[in-house]
Amino acid sequence: MQQPSIDLHLILPEVILSVTILVVLVVDLFLREQRKFLAMPLSAVGVLASFIALLTLIGTDATTFDGAYVVDPFALLFKGFFLAVAFVVLLLSYGYLRDGDFYQGEYYFLLLMAFLGCMLMPSVRDLLMLFIAIELVSVPGFLMAAFKKKDARSNEAGLKFFVIGVLSSTIMLYGMSLIYGLTGSLNLETIAQKLGGPAGQQPLALAAILFVVGGFAFKVSAVPFHFWAPDTYEGSPVPVAAFLSVASKAAGFVGLLVLMFVGFIHQASFWAPIFAVLSVATMTLGNLVALKQTQIVRLLAYSSVAQAGYMLLPFALAGGTPEQNATAFAAAATYILIYAIMNLGAFAVVILMSREQPGAFLTDYAGLIKRAPAIAVSMTIFMVSLAGIPPTAGFWAKFAVFFAAIQRGGMGPWLAGFMVVNSVISVGYYFAVVKQMIFVEGEVRHRIRVPVLLGAVVAASAVLILVLGILPAVLTGLPQDATLALP
Amino acid sequence: MTWENSAITIATFLPIAGAVAILLIPKEKDRTIRIAGILVTGLAMLAALAMLPGYDFHATGLQYELSVPWIPVIGANYHVGIDGISLPLYELTFALSFLCAIYTYRYVPDPGKTKAFLALMLLLQTGMAGTFIAFDLILFFVFWELVLVPMYFLIAVWGSANRQYASIKFFLYTLFGSVFMLLAFLGLYFASPGPHTWDIVDLTRLGADGAFGHTFQLIAFGGIMLGFAIKVPMWPVHTWLPDAHTEAPTIGSVLLAGIMLKMGTYGFVRIALPVLPDGARAYAPLIGILAAIAIIYAALACLAQKDLKRLIAFSSVGHMGFVMLGIATLTEIGINAAIFGMVAHGIITGMLFFCVGSIYDRYHTREIAQIGGGMSQKMPYLGGVFAFVAIASLGLPGLAGFWGEVMALLSAFNPAPGLSVGLFRWLMVAGGIGTVLTAGYFLWMLQRVNMGVLPDRWSEKRFSDVLPVEWVAWLPLLAATLILGLFPKLILGVTNEAVSSLFALFK
Repeated sequence: MQQPSIDLHLILPEVILSVTILVVLVVDLFLREQRKFLAMPLSAVGVLASFIALLTLIGTDATTFDGAYVVDPFALLFKGFFLAVAFVVLLLSYGYLRDGDFYQGEYYFLLLMAFLGCMLMPSVRDLLMLFIAIELVSVPGFLMAAFKKKDARSNEAGLKFFVIGVLSSTIMLYGMSLIYGLTGSLNLETIAQKLGGPAGQQPLALAAILFVVGGFAFKVSAVPFHFWAPDTYEGSPVPVAAFLSVASKAAGFVGLLVLMFVGFIHQASFWAPIFAVLSVATMTLGNLVALKQTQIVRLLAYSSVAQAGYMLLPFALAGGTPEQNATAFAAAATYILIYAIMNLGAFAVVILMSREQPGAFLTDYAGLIKRAPAIAVSMTIFMVSLAGIPPTAGFWAKFAVFFAAIQRGGMGPWLAGFMVVNSVISVGYYFAVVKQMIFVEGEVRHRIRVPVLLGAVVAASAVLILVLGILPAVLTGLPQDATLALP
Repeated sequence: MTWENSAITIATFLPIAGAVAILLIPKEKDRTIRIAGILVTGLAMLAALAMLPGYDFHATGLQYELSVPWIPVIGANYHVGIDGISLPLYELTFALSFLCAIYTYRYVPDPGKTKAFLALMLLLQTGMAGTFIAFDLILFFVFWELVLVPMYFLIAVWGSANRQYASIKFFLYTLFGSVFMLLAFLGLYFASPGPHTWDIVDLTRLGADGAFGHTFQLIAFGGIMLGFAIKVPMWPVHTWLPDAHTEAPTIGSVLLAGIMLKMGTYGFVRIALPVLPDGARAYAPLIGILAAIAIIYAALACLAQKDLKRLIAFSSVGHMGFVMLGIATLTEIGINAAIFGMVAHGIITGMLFFCVGSIYDRYHTREIAQIGGGMSQKMPYLGGVFAFVAIASLGLPGLAGFWGEVMALLSAFNPAPGLSVGLFRWLMVAGGIGTVLTAGYFLWMLQRVNMGVLPDRWSEKRFSDVLPVEWVAWLPLLAATLILGLFPKLILGVTNEAVSSLFALFK
């Protein structure tokens, strides 16, 4: 059997990241206890190197591993995005890990491993590799969620995540095996061709797709498969919650995008209505439950469930003309990118606050405007943006989805109607945070000292959100270019 | 870049630039901050006024126009311009903001924080001004929503006791309307024959040519109307307004009544009617009926108010009812009346809120029963000013409030072809009854506040009559009330050309 040809340049960023992972693991063994924090700068250097390698690939549109691995503008955009998120999560983790009695070397090893999975996700066009990428993201996640070893809640978080994660993986894998049985191929393009024929009309094919979608629904915490997320976010170390709600969720969506819009596109008339139901249920339940939350991490957890509902909406629009599919695809991609920025910003503030008061409640944010004015103003920007109000980036994320929905016609405007009502509901809890920070007089407490790294992340996210809010062309152009690879 | 194509951009964004500059001043220099606020709004007003000499009052199209790509991927442009319908409202925005900044020199409501207060006010100013000159639906929407956040904070931080409730109610109501408006805008975009366009000028032409189907027009007009109607506010979606007005600081009330409400009525005139004429014809009777209800309902509500500021707030609902009645007739005279009514209401009601703010500053109460009468004895000038604007507001001939109302009623006598003449004549009768009731509650209010014997509890107190800074802020408005009342052509002459060319299609 002939070996597939491998273009090493195309996978250079992943190779660099893999080497970094091994170096971090080995070097950690030789560091004294007080020096363990050095694993973080080491990881950061690796991520930067990987990013530089990625820059050399700009403009590439090629495949390797016999078409199973694609490097196109879409993949490059999301690889760059995941590396940026990795860098930010490293910054967020640094102080938290160093000051909080954790195994630091192992943590960074696991974190980078998960990001390696993220990096693979937008490139894979092969069921087996897709599965491996998903597991690469998930398995380190199980461990990191339980990283507060002496905390029962953290252990519960990890265990719950593990059980649900393994269950969903099993369901997904079962669906994938049925697809392989039906089409005799693991390659997504081939699968799409085969499913376009008579094989695609068999009930078994539809059942298989249902299994795969169900598995992914767990990963992206769509209702009714969402219930693990708030408990897990709450119990995990906060930087891990940030990772789970941003990177892990984005990776799930990217995998889902590739799978549905490339592999299963001919069955769109079957699965699009399922996504419509998932989307509306997810955003509505997420928003309504979020209204009742008193603990900030749980509030953000339900908020991220609701946001997942908005991101699922473009899937429900699939199956129209290729142009409409491209718009829907771009809308989901745009939403994921913008959501990541605003949610990372919000989590950076939560991490900052959790240094003062672990497991902070909403009421602990009272009077923040006096204790840390810049942080309170930034958090206000994140909340306004998450609610989707101009002139913030969050508005354009929602706009992209509305745009796709109205263009699609049919069910689209109705779904957009559900989404706008939900956006208005979400103001209720996003502004509850604003209200606490600015209008409620807190106990007179000392001013908050803002660590440089966290402050930089907060400031950068806030500025980025405003810049994108005024000049959205900077970002909206990118996913549009990145949809060219669609069939 | 020439003055011709950059004037609007300069004037509109000067306040935001000024807000950034003000944020850089250290907060200890409170006086410098207040002076900076006056300077910035003054400069912006000069820039806006400087457009007048070069403005051709006899032309119909857009002037000072600029269109550059903004978001190429969806075809949205930064398209700004000004015409006879925009111009009065645009200038009013800058004038009122400038006067508010002057007023702020003396009065910064609790809890102080002058810097944030002025910065938010300036941000608000850019949002309001931008709404009147945006000729791209997306740009219009962004400016439209830009006013939400600053006004929310102005009410929620500097408002009175029940400010939290009022501010979030204002926010949720307005947002709810505007998101449906956004969906309708998207619908317009995709319904426009390719290449799709967001451009209001192009869409107006397409609307006149009948490019949009009847059913589509009904749905789209409904969505757009929801957004505009809440902002106006039309009965029965007006309930946010009394709360917001009552709780807002004086400056917030002045800008809210003076300009923000006009964004809704302007939206009807600029977008909803010309782009969706079939929808407009179908909804006109409904709008007319709601307007008439608003006029009567607001007048009755005013009669029942105990709080002076709440009374003025409800009177706004009634006055905007007259504006909407004029719009609903779809006639040139009705639309002209509406624009005149918007400007007159902006000046007069803005002034009324200034008065109420100053009365509260003296008495520390807004309860009419607490004030208890005799204000003219205690403070003759303030009493006189208050009486003057109240009488202007009830529509006395010779003052600005008169023309908008009488022309609106006149236009209802003869609505556009296709509308039920009988119905509109009944609406005219209802509006006529409304004017009587309006006169009634304003005069009764004056009787209870200005006239009568000064209660003992106030006779010992030392109240300063109208202060110099108040005179500076108020005199231009008082003068405008009189001048526009005597020479209505100053506004109608500007608007008429643009209105005739836009609304010829309803004849």
